[in-house]
Amino acid sequence: MEIIINEKKFKASPGETILEVAEKNGIKIPTLCHHPDVTIKESCRLCVVETKEGFLPACSTKVKEGMEIKTDTLETKSLRKTNLELLFSQHQEECFDCIWNQNCRMLDLAREYEVEINRFQDRKDHYPVYRFGSSLEFDSTKCIDCRNCIEVCQNQGVGFLEVRGRGHLMEILPSKKRDKDCIYCGQCILHCPAGAFEAVGEFEKIEDPFQKKDKTVVFQIAPAVRASIGEEFGLPYSASIMGKLVAALKELGGDKVFDVPVGADFTTVEEAKELLERIEKDNLPLFTSCCPAWVSFVEFYYPEFIPRLTSVRSPHIILGGLTKTIFARQKGISPEDVYVVSVMPCVAKKEEIEKEELQIEGVKPVDYVMTTREVGRLFKRHRLDFEKIKEEEIDHPFGEASSAGVAYGTSGGVMQSAIFNLTGQKPEFKEVKEGVREAKVRYREKELKLAVVHGLLNAKEVLEEMKENPRKYDYVEVMACHGGCIGGGGQPVPSCKKVIEERKKALCKASGKKEDFKPGENPGVKKVYAELLNSKEEISKLCHTSYKKRGKSPINKNK
Amino acid sequence: MEQENIISKIKESGLSGRSGSGFPVASKWEAVKKEKAKKKYLVCNASEGELDTFKDYFILKNYSQKVIQGMKIAMETLSLSKGYIYLNANYFEELYDDLKSAIGKENIVIVKKKGGYIGGEETAVISVIEKGFPEPRSRPPFPAEKGLWGFPTLLHNVETFYFVAKIKEKNYRKTRFYSIWGDVSNRGVYELSENSTIRDVLGKTGNTPSFDYFLQAGGGGGGTIMLPDEIDIPFEGIASVIVYRQSKTDPYFLMKKWVNFLLEGNCDKCTPCREGLYRIMEMIERKDFKEIDEMFFVMEKTSLCPLGRVAVKPFQSLLEKIILQKHGNNH
Repeated sequence: MEIIINEKKFKASPGETILEVAEKNGIKIPTLCHHPDVTIKESCRLCVVETKEGFLPACSTKVKEGMEIKTDTLETKSLRKTNLELLFSQHQEECFDCIWNQNCRMLDLAREYEVEINRFQDRKDHYPVYRFGSSLEFDSTKCIDCRNCIEVCQNQGVGFLEVRGRGHLMEILPSKKRDKDCIYCGQCILHCPAGAFEAVGEFEKIEDPFQKKDKTVVFQIAPAVRASIGEEFGLPYSASIMGKLVAALKELGGDKVFDVPVGADFTTVEEAKELLERIEKDNLPLFTSCCPAWVSFVEFYYPEFIPRLTSVRSPHIILGGLTKTIFARQKGISPEDVYVVSVMPCVAKKEEIEKEELQIEGVKPVDYVMTTREVGRLFKRHRLDFEKIKEEEIDHPFGEASSAGVAYGTSGGVMQSAIFNLTGQKPEFKEVKEGVREAKVRYREKELKLAVVHGLLNAKEVLEEMKENPRKYDYVEVMACHGGCIGGGGQPVPSCKKVIEERKKALCKASGKKEDFKPGENPGVKKVYAELLNSKEEISKLCHTSYKKRGKSPINKNK
Repeated sequence: MEQENIISKIKESGLSGRSGSGFPVASKWEAVKKEKAKKKYLVCNASEGELDTFKDYFILKNYSQKVIQGMKIAMETLSLSKGYIYLNANYFEELYDDLKSAIGKENIVIVKKKGGYIGGEETAVISVIEKGFPEPRSRPPFPAEKGLWGFPTLLHNVETFYFVAKIKEKNYRKTRFYSIWGDVSNRGVYELSENSTIRDVLGKTGNTPSFDYFLQAGGGGGGTIMLPDEIDIPFEGIASVIVYRQSKTDPYFLMKKWVNFLLEGNCDKCTPCREGLYRIMEMIERKDFKEIDEMFFVMEKTSLCPLGRVAVKPFQSLLEKIILQKHGNNH
């Protein structure tokens, strides 16, 4: 069909929205509550366009044959300006401490529509700031009530965020119900257009690791970070940036920079061992546990499945442990004098490192977690020219990672690595639905039923099914975020499925550059096993952990 | 044959929806009939959320049998598999048993209304019956195309079903129910000719004021303020009239009552209605209306549902006809 936008004819298909047709043809219509991965909220009312039927929201209105649309009339402009001023009246600006700083859509539109940001007094200036665990903060003085956070929280099968009250007393807030708790995935951060959610310490604490002058500061970089840090600097997804990242961290005062995929190879070896043991003892199914949001989810919502979680530690925890033992010993320093900072795509890792079960003789394997976003911000604050900085080699005290180790950053990576290590096979997975893939692999006399899951609502469905049918799968990988760690809550914004797909490609490319041997045959890994991890006690101390049923965490509220 | 018969009878009668929209009833039936679907549903909207308006209560209290008959006729004519009565929570306890016995063995379920005023908007009604939030969505698609659980759904006001039953028994005399409230001698609900002017309705019920007054026609929350010389026209919207005595009415108090009602009763989903109303409240408190037209404009033009779009009417008309007349533009 044909429609008319601003007096020009355009082809359109039935079912398309005005916004979709406009975007396809390079016609700009402002949006704010719109996020491509959540349902259309049509609530901000900035995308109103003029039609013969009146002013209609472009985001939700489907095109009709011959429809005449005007996107930029005096009236639409003035309506958008007023709605923006009303939105600003409920949004307390904190621009310097905002994850959208430098690419804020609200501010861009304010400039475009000559908005008086402070026309009305901030209605929410006395609203509270909440802290969830050690991971997340929700500043409700910034909330514009679009409810994207509520939807993504429900899409994680969690539903921790709720609406309370009516009229101007209405607010979005964490649930007081005893059976609801945050699992720290941070998807709310990525889907909030107003920057009301952020990671704990995201602005105030990012310099802290560099103040540890009396310590050896070791950074370790998660696989997924290499696929996304370039976004902070407008670099193409395909850019090879690890060398720059290493150089920049050292420039700021990092003593060493290690690669978390090396830790992943240890996780793989241990997890493959556990899988074998469980096959032999007929103690399946087994669930992965690299994703701390998933672990939190099981510990709180499905404690009956705790025995099914692998006891193997996540890669950065293992690598941190090795750093504080072997590396410290080699350098002749005490573990307390090594300060390990993990650079992660994840905010749940901030919570994970606080777990007592992970301590090695009273020492935390990882002292600090910094997200991809935070590292990006740090470099910008210090005016590091990321594009020009000269690349440096990453440090490899335990050898280089295998290709499998790098693949941990995307959904399916953990499962593929463990199965490859155990069986030498790389099974083809088939998508059953978005976020759930299945495969079968023969090992000895047994056929193992495998599933790779991302998104916790999918995981919840799998768990509910497995309550009925415990052997539906033998081995299941779960990642809380869409696409795995590359879609994590610590990643740069904007983040959406399309961007995550690009990160996946970049990560595959990075993984393809590594040696394709079984993680267990990685010479560096073998050396560590021979020299240090040569007893059950040592292995258990450095590579394994335990889980416990978790009660509701107190919600910290200030103001 | 019989099917066509009742639809054409409704068409001939010219019966229009009594929710206030005035939409031709026969067109809705034809729209639902036209849809091809495995299931189709029926909803009787008895949410009656307008301030100081209670004609649906009156009908349910006195003629529940007729209403159920009207629903039954629709269900048989259009092969609707199940019916719902979406009942105002304040009426629930009093009317439930009576309605239950009127329903008898029919496949009709009573659902308690959720949320405030907005809980009565037709797409919000559907959302609540589906066990969702009392929140509207954009139309189209209209409930007749995609209603309950995505199936075609015939949705009418209580009074509409009452008159469908009357048409079937050839007893429809082109009347409607008028709700009268405020500073009058005979408050109540009256059945009079559907084309009655506001003045007639007051006159025929012995309610013509003998003092200086203004009135609100169309509901105590969304109705327009009218002066005595403007009332020689039939009702627009809901057939509800509230009379205010000039000497006893504080227009600011009245506006505060409306704004509180709307802030309590809206869904808080869209910016203009949620934030615009809040700023209107501030302006009323400050008695400073310099910027109020801009709020009216943005609410009227960009609100998501009819509530926000019509909510401005009482304020606009009261300001124009009463407040600014008395106090001039300085306020």
